[in-house]
Amino acid sequence: MSEAGGAARRGQEFEDGLEKSDASVAAFESHEKTILDRLQHFLHGNPTMVPVIVLLLSIAVFGFVAGGNFFSAFNLSLVMQQVSIIGILAAAQSLVILTAGIDLSVGASMVLVSVIMGNLAVKMGLPAPLAIGVGFICGMLAGTLNGFLVTRVKLPPFIVTLGTWNIFFALNLWLSGAQSIRSQDIDATAPLLKWFGESIRIGGAQFTYGSILMVLIFAVLWYVLNRTAWGRHVYAVGDDKEAAELSGIRTNRTLVQVYAVAGLVCAIGAWASIGRVGSVSPQSFQEANLQSITAVVIGGISLFGGRGSIVGPLVGALIVGVFNSGLRLAGVDVLWQVFAIGWLTIIAVALDQWIRKVSA
Amino acid sequence: MSTEPILTARGLVKHYGRVVALNQTDFDLYPGEILAVIGDNGAGKSTLIKAISGAIHPDEGEIRLDGEPVHFRSPLEAREAGIETVYQTLALSPALSIADNMFLGREIRKSGFMGRWFRSLDREAMERIAREKLSDLGLMTIQNIGQAVETLSGGQRQGVAVARAAAFGSKVIIMDEPTAALGVKESRRVLDLIQDVRSRGMPIVLISHNMPHVFEVADRIHVHRLGRRLCVIDPKDYTMSDAVAFMTGAKEPPAEALAA
Repeated sequence: MSEAGGAARRGQEFEDGLEKSDASVAAFESHEKTILDRLQHFLHGNPTMVPVIVLLLSIAVFGFVAGGNFFSAFNLSLVMQQVSIIGILAAAQSLVILTAGIDLSVGASMVLVSVIMGNLAVKMGLPAPLAIGVGFICGMLAGTLNGFLVTRVKLPPFIVTLGTWNIFFALNLWLSGAQSIRSQDIDATAPLLKWFGESIRIGGAQFTYGSILMVLIFAVLWYVLNRTAWGRHVYAVGDDKEAAELSGIRTNRTLVQVYAVAGLVCAIGAWASIGRVGSVSPQSFQEANLQSITAVVIGGISLFGGRGSIVGPLVGALIVGVFNSGLRLAGVDVLWQVFAIGWLTIIAVALDQWIRKVSA
Repeated sequence: MSTEPILTARGLVKHYGRVVALNQTDFDLYPGEILAVIGDNGAGKSTLIKAISGAIHPDEGEIRLDGEPVHFRSPLEAREAGIETVYQTLALSPALSIADNMFLGREIRKSGFMGRWFRSLDREAMERIAREKLSDLGLMTIQNIGQAVETLSGGQRQGVAVARAAAFGSKVIIMDEPTAALGVKESRRVLDLIQDVRSRGMPIVLISHNMPHVFEVADRIHVHRLGRRLCVIDPKDYTMSDAVAFMTGAKEPPAEALAA
């Protein structure tokens, strides 16, 4: 066999028919596309454009419908403030959904951690930074438990987090005795817990530290997901776990880490939530897990894993906030806000399915 | 073939319960050759390949790479030792780009502060190298190295998987049924690719059911039967019907092939 790499390779008889055929098989050519195809390709390459367009459109429409009040810098910063906690939870949720999982326990673990922080700092008199640190560790442990059950016990994420949602909620009621820690008590013993409720004014806008924190968390996660090997592995695991494993990624380790980081982000959200609510309330954020999933889905991250940008859920959370604020200022009944968000979610998933069908 | 083999196996045994998948089998791969492994369904060729690529651990026997005994506990370890495998499923991540896929699991980090403390990826370097590797194999009609793999055709994906193995495999490349899912034209392209890789001195183990493809590219053919190496034949001396007859037990292989 000396003809390696040579031009005179012997083909096989039946391949003679190929001689006059188009030889550009392995070329990565582009052919004629309709405008719809081009749009589909564009959205496939830029999955965040849909929510961004929806956000800009909804701001424009509500600005027109609800008038000057809506457009004021104060109102727009208020929207950010209102969605900050759901936004932070959506960031945690995005990580898990990118791995083709789902985390129903984000809200419950956040409230549990806020109760732990409050109990330690206010009731037991521990220094606030220590209480917050312990809270962060508890959040990571809660996430690690989810990750362990998903990877080692090999249970579906939906079932695991449905279970831990209830477990965390029960622990939260047990630790708190179903009672809130009042705002005055926090002010007296551990004002640091409410730090994220403070705000800075820029012109007419009022940004709480909590809403700045939300943007920061998304910025950090964007960097991690797009500029580090770990981030690429998160996408690869969500896309095709077996392929990722064969490519040399320790997929189970990546998964446990994803759940642990999601737990940590929830714990950071717990600190911010004390500032947002002004007290430690065990009964708050009961629907936060579902709202975070809504923000992620509207933000264009695929529930089937591996697709979408982390910027999407931030935009998704803002869309929900803009709809709620705009409809309220336009004097529309609250039930239509819920109605609109419902349709938005369904349309977002339908769009995702369409974009995934892209072909070369 | 007077040189020492680069990869050898002696007396490999693997049981799955009461099924003997490998029964004292041997294996030899010489530098710079394409060795085809053929065998009937259930002959144990997948098990043999898995043992060599680190996906399973044989119960008995010894594998030597460059004369040194090796014990792979995972495909990752085999990869680190220089054995790359192109799986039948290709093991590509569809939503990631061509460059991301080529470097999956062995990304390049930036040097200096950003890489050290923020573990930042060196995208430019990875894209540059990916582009080089693809053009080495004549695949560089790709317009956009950042294109998602799922937008490529079957042959193009196979090309990316082969380029990945060729780029990183330092000693041996194993290809499992590389043409099984492809059409006539794309198969041709992949066969050319295999020969391109061989012409650069890289030994290749080719597992295939496609006799015409095997006889076209292989230097030697390892016939696997009933869990062991039955014989090794030179495709120039035997016909496809001979090979099939040996493989299925319809015909006894000649004595000199048994000794090979």
